[in-house]
Amino acid sequence: MSAQKFDVQYVAELARIKLDPAEIETFQSQLGNVLKHVEKLNQLDLKEVEPTAHSFPIYNVFREDQVGPCLEREAALANAPREAQGLFIVTKVIE
Amino acid sequence: MELFSLTVHATRDLLRTKQVSPKEVTESLIRRIERIDSAIHGYLSFDGERALKEAEEADVSLPLGGVPIAIKDVISVQGHPCGCASKILQGYVAPYDASVIRKLRAAGAIPFGRANMDEFAMGSSTENSAFGPTHNPWDIERTPGGSSGGSAAIVAADEALAALGSDTGGSIRQPAALCGCVGLKPTYGRVSRYGLVAFASSLDQIGPLTKDVEDAAIIMKLISGVDRADSTSLDAPVPDYTANLEKGIKGLTLGLPKEYFVEGLDPQVEQAIRTAVAHFESLGANIVEISLPHTEYALSAYYIIAPAEASANLARFDGVRYGYRADGITGLLDHYGKTREEGFGQEVKRRIILGTYALSSGYYDAYYLNAQKVRTLIRRDFEEAFAEVDAILCPTSPTSAFKLGERTGDPLKMYLADIFTLAANMAGICGISIPCGLANVEGSKLPIGLQILGKALDEGMVLRVANAYEKSTKWHLARPELGNAEKAA
Repeated sequence: MSAQKFDVQYVAELARIKLDPAEIETFQSQLGNVLKHVEKLNQLDLKEVEPTAHSFPIYNVFREDQVGPCLEREAALANAPREAQGLFIVTKVIE
Repeated sequence: MELFSLTVHATRDLLRTKQVSPKEVTESLIRRIERIDSAIHGYLSFDGERALKEAEEADVSLPLGGVPIAIKDVISVQGHPCGCASKILQGYVAPYDASVIRKLRAAGAIPFGRANMDEFAMGSSTENSAFGPTHNPWDIERTPGGSSGGSAAIVAADEALAALGSDTGGSIRQPAALCGCVGLKPTYGRVSRYGLVAFASSLDQIGPLTKDVEDAAIIMKLISGVDRADSTSLDAPVPDYTANLEKGIKGLTLGLPKEYFVEGLDPQVEQAIRTAVAHFESLGANIVEISLPHTEYALSAYYIIAPAEASANLARFDGVRYGYRADGITGLLDHYGKTREEGFGQEVKRRIILGTYALSSGYYDAYYLNAQKVRTLIRRDFEEAFAEVDAILCPTSPTSAFKLGERTGDPLKMYLADIFTLAANMAGICGISIPCGLANVEGSKLPIGLQILGKALDEGMVLRVANAYEKSTKWHLARPELGNAEKAA
């Protein structure tokens, strides 16, 4: 683990968030501090430890594949920033 | 006595015996909100007209018939805004009910208002709300804690009978402590998360904020249980949490974790906790010192896991299907980048970036996987402790309410506010915060919270221990004078 290689601008691009130069500078130093704090975990020997995601070991929760009620088209589109003719208007993807 | 100042169970009893009507209860709350909420800002919005209409149609023979319950702005209520106190969801109206809301409605309760919060539940002071902070009713210059700060403040200020919040690292218990109310974080999987806007999916739980322990038990009984819409919900029987409340604690063994009484713990908080512990002893409990040796690693592991999961969960806010979309877009990358730049607040951006980094190529094992392993160590600490003790007693928060603006410039300092609460989320166990004292700070009286942690699915035990304390003390009856709040409003 190393906080030195942490480049806010690059990671923000991965996360699809634009940042202004002032934010880049602030986040670089604030998150650098958080990452330094997090390095504390290096003190532990974790080689033989299993990871935990849920405190109860429940796996493979199955149910019958039955069609249930779902949102009507109108309700699904009600919150769309832009829509027309029952469809979402999206930003052009293909050049 | 004014109706707005009652508990849920007292209100229910009056409604059931027809001494008051649901409409009178709702009207009383609306008047209270109109009088003081401009100074507290605990609500982002409330639709009084709709609540009154639902009150008129309420069936008071149901378990909570006609009882209004306030809802944190992160839980979907069909037809109500659900904006997570974020600009990116401004104007969004939930098209369906969360499972907890469906259950509350089936019990006759009325979802009432949208409680303020830190944006997307990320924060410990409610200062990260895009619509302005909530003020602590005990001193409006101070924060109510967070992220469920709105829920805690409105319950403490008698602007709600009870509220639902969500807790990812302490977001129910810490504000409950700072505002002087009861807040319960259930075992992970006890309550369905369907309809809760996800922050960190392996840590989030919905739970109640109430004026007393009995109310927390009543609401827990109604909202718990397996749900086919949430595959992480647990298929375990839901006990009647009110049944064993009065059983007392004679003969129980309660643990005091030595790692929770360390430097940084405010002396007045420590004193109040020690006094509470002595009180438990006088009620017949055996007190033993225990050790949770990995406590000091919980914060570090949490600030990898929670942001990592958040970065994935918040990828859905892309300005396509719902929510805010930036203007003047030149292409797809610009669409995402600008929409998320303008839509998210600073803390949310910080955590998405931190989480994206922790999950990025080459760093996953070093950060996320290792943090999940630390979780195992923390979980084992608790398992070993609960082999010896019935419940654990400790402070909820290292300090009483801090001033607005005091920690906003230093994220790490803000994160330390959750140092005593987040281990319970990491281990998936349950915990409650109850009022246990008042600190005197710069002329203000500020509530102190006692945290009672229980093993997984042992909500009945923490409620029983909490109730034994509450029934033999008076801290839960203390109410803010609201002197400066009323003047400011």
